[in-house]
Amino acid sequence: MFQRKRKGSDFGAEIEAHIELETIRLRELGLSDEDARTAARQAFGNVTRAQERFYESGRWMWCDHLWQDIRYALRMLRQSPGFTAIAVLTLALGIGATTAIFSVVDATLLHPLPYPQPEQLVSVEDDLPGVGAQDVGMSVPEWQDLQRSGIFDYVSVIGGGDVNLTGWSQPTRIRFLNVAPNYFAMLGVKPQLGRGFNPQDHTPGFTLELLISDGLWKGTFAGDPQILGKSLRLDNDLYHVIGVMPAGYHDPGRTAEERNIELWLASGFAAAPAPPPLRNSRLPQPAIARIKSGLTIAAAQSRLDALVAALQKQFPADYPLQSAWTIRLTPLKENVVGHVRQSLILLLGAVGLVLLIGCVNVANLLLARASARGRELAIRQALGGARTRLIRQLLTESVLLSLLGGMAGLAILFCAKGFLLQIVPDSLPRLNEVSINWPVLLFALVASVAAGAIFGLAPALHAGRLDLIAMLKREGRGSTGSEEQAGTRRVLVVTEFALSLVLMIAAGLLLRSFADLLNVRLGFNPQRVMAVRTWLPVPNDPKTDIYGTAAQEAPLLRELLRRGRTLPGVEEIAIGNLPALPLGHGRNDLIRFPVILEGHETPSDRPPLLDGSIVTPGYFHLLGMTLLRGRLLSESDNEKAPQVAVINEAFARTYWPNENPVGKRLRLPTPGDRSSLSWTTVVGVLADARTESLAESIVPQMYLSLYQRRAKDLAIFVRGRLDTAAIPVELREQVQSVNPELPVFGAQTLNEVLSASLAQRRFSMEMVGLFALTALLLAGLGIYGVISYMVSERRHEIGIRLALGAQSRNILRMVLRQGLALAIAGAAVGLVSALILSHLMAGMLYGVRPADPVTFAGVAALLIGVAVLACYIPARRAIRVDPLVALRHE
Amino acid sequence: MSTQQGRERLELLQGTLDLLILRTLIFGPQHGQGVARAIEQTSDEELLVEHGALYPALQRLEERGWISAKWGISTNNRKARFYSLTSAGRKQLVKETSRWNRLTAAIGRILEAEEG
Repeated sequence: MFQRKRKGSDFGAEIEAHIELETIRLRELGLSDEDARTAARQAFGNVTRAQERFYESGRWMWCDHLWQDIRYALRMLRQSPGFTAIAVLTLALGIGATTAIFSVVDATLLHPLPYPQPEQLVSVEDDLPGVGAQDVGMSVPEWQDLQRSGIFDYVSVIGGGDVNLTGWSQPTRIRFLNVAPNYFAMLGVKPQLGRGFNPQDHTPGFTLELLISDGLWKGTFAGDPQILGKSLRLDNDLYHVIGVMPAGYHDPGRTAEERNIELWLASGFAAAPAPPPLRNSRLPQPAIARIKSGLTIAAAQSRLDALVAALQKQFPADYPLQSAWTIRLTPLKENVVGHVRQSLILLLGAVGLVLLIGCVNVANLLLARASARGRELAIRQALGGARTRLIRQLLTESVLLSLLGGMAGLAILFCAKGFLLQIVPDSLPRLNEVSINWPVLLFALVASVAAGAIFGLAPALHAGRLDLIAMLKREGRGSTGSEEQAGTRRVLVVTEFALSLVLMIAAGLLLRSFADLLNVRLGFNPQRVMAVRTWLPVPNDPKTDIYGTAAQEAPLLRELLRRGRTLPGVEEIAIGNLPALPLGHGRNDLIRFPVILEGHETPSDRPPLLDGSIVTPGYFHLLGMTLLRGRLLSESDNEKAPQVAVINEAFARTYWPNENPVGKRLRLPTPGDRSSLSWTTVVGVLADARTESLAESIVPQMYLSLYQRRAKDLAIFVRGRLDTAAIPVELREQVQSVNPELPVFGAQTLNEVLSASLAQRRFSMEMVGLFALTALLLAGLGIYGVISYMVSERRHEIGIRLALGAQSRNILRMVLRQGLALAIAGAAVGLVSALILSHLMAGMLYGVRPADPVTFAGVAALLIGVAVLACYIPARRAIRVDPLVALRHE
Repeated sequence: MSTQQGRERLELLQGTLDLLILRTLIFGPQHGQGVARAIEQTSDEELLVEHGALYPALQRLEERGWISAKWGISTNNRKARFYSLTSAGRKQLVKETSRWNRLTAAIGRILEAEEG
């Protein structure tokens, strides 16, 4: 039975009533008024004792005690505002930062993807481990095999791209997703308005239906309620709107660009512009599937393996045994967030260490205070305060302190939320789902209470072991704190140093990796280069395409080059497709060519696909790429001349090891007719350049002429003394004066592109670096506190030493030695821990080993340097002790 | 002291106060002073109830749910807190009474055996 506590005053009233009744009774027996009252009181006995007994019997006593403890603790905290402010601020930063990182981890790693039964969603990737090729794409017949296999509810292919939306103000380029018609049925999402694609639709090419995002609907179309059935002109084709996706819907994708789609088109990927649906013609687009409910991923994978084995037997020519074709299922969530897991866990670990170091610091402060409060505690105990009660009160104080810190931290977090989200690179998956929600608040609460318990425990236990007599005696003599407490404080400082060292080594390794990446030999020169992008429309009917062939496109290109060259500051200009933009394209933007080499018609022992860029001849010189053999592309390599290609060293190494590749021929799909192949001759070899990734190894690349092979996703490159604000506008004017229907977007300098490709690494490095600096600062403060305290404790002794003729140099050395011993002990423990832990972050390093001796030695030296500096200040104070004053003080 | 009427009264045995309170309340709601008076009178003034101990005991019984309390007006028109037996209290009374009877019977047997 839950009963409200009865108040003491009610109990008192009852006693009064009793005495009143008893007095009346006695008066009736004949006693005088006064006698009756006295007798009644005497019969009752001790009123106070009764009230105490009532109070102690209450099951709410502990609640009262807690309230008392809290009030007392608040009073104590108010009494020393300096201490309180420092402790609360330290904890606020620690808890706030930890909570901030946790909110990101919560949204990305802990939350399931926002679709029904997300655990059934998998990403489907074709691998050819035999030739070292991963995720080579699926062919249309394979896709159909999978759909018929009975393993999946739906298998959907998803391609991305840009499209020109014309007829509405400026021609705008819109990021769209072309998906199989079963895409939304597979994800299990429904539009807010209208309908989705019919999952039963089988169409070879594009259906002329589209869905639009809530943002596009409310923005460009002003929330037009009659939007359904309206026609939109995309790349010159008319589509009609069949639905509007709900606000807050995002596609599963790794990057912001992949998630924030505005248009969805349905396609069967079996007709133009997709390649013909042949078994050996792999789609560059990734596939996602929903496995049948009740089937685990492992079970689906084993059934899939059997299917793959059967297909391999059935089509031996398409699946050579050496390539060891497999289809791999991974949870879709892993595909979306897997690549950031390590960084995020590292960040959470780093910020957790900072919080821990903060806790140690506050514990240190509390211990120092506890020794100052030793007298108070001793007296309270001498007066009968129970030890458990004292421990509880001290713990209440520390938990209260850390709850205050937690609240302050959350307040800071709420205020700085917008700013913090801005510094997170927007390539972080699921960033738009980061919020301060209940789990995050709960985390902050748990972190606060845990922090309070951790740093409150040491002082509280000391209070529990107080030696009353010794304490009261010593208190009489001015010295403070016990030897045991000093020992604990030294252990805390050593811990702090060890933790900081681990963090700083992590930061140091990331910093070195980053520096190595910045200094990596690029193989091209990004300085003074700017790129703007445009998109030539791809109508569904090739006959209406005015830029359908390289010959049709060439006049536009030549005109753009001619006009661009006249712009102020422009020294060189070239045009390429999006894959030619170094470090600035995604996986979906690549064009992959099947490789069929002359003399090796079935290249079963080499990766069968190759990334290619399509560029104008000026591209190589503009980017400063080095020709090793043969010649570059030239203006005369046009649509009438034989097809030629320039390749990189990696290509030559992989496909023609130990041979001169110049003059070799390979078969590529014929321009303008993808179903046939024609010969292309290699005319030159370029030095390898890191155009795909700074960190990963260089992949085979091929460069074809834009005059021989058309491309629609164009980047215009200019080099020179450029006005980066004016050039995009001027280029837009030039492009649109040639063709006003063309959008111009995505102006960036190559240095910006380069920097953006490192955004996530930079973020990890900066955050871990920031945490490490904080840790260093806290550790410095910690050792400063301990040594200062030691100096003030030993003033008397130092005074005597000085009086007896000790050199100040000796005193200085004595104090520094004490500090140094702590720092070295901490560094030693830290080095061993860091050796163990740094291997866990091997995947995030570049060009530096996890046990890099330079980093380890450098960081240890830095830490010890900071310790010496922190000890030097109190050491100076020690040698300035005036012997007379110190002795008189006693 | 005038209430003691010259005779030395018996102090209550530990733990018996609860039983007596419950027993007293079986006749209907009563306030604390009434309970004390009832015990003293029914025992022919043999038992002494320390009034100060009565109220914590009442509080304890109330918290266990054996009695319930309500402020009311006494017969001589004074405010008083009236206690009444709950059904749980009634059961407890039966249990305690039988235990008490067994205890006194057992002790009685021992004492008689020694005499005999």
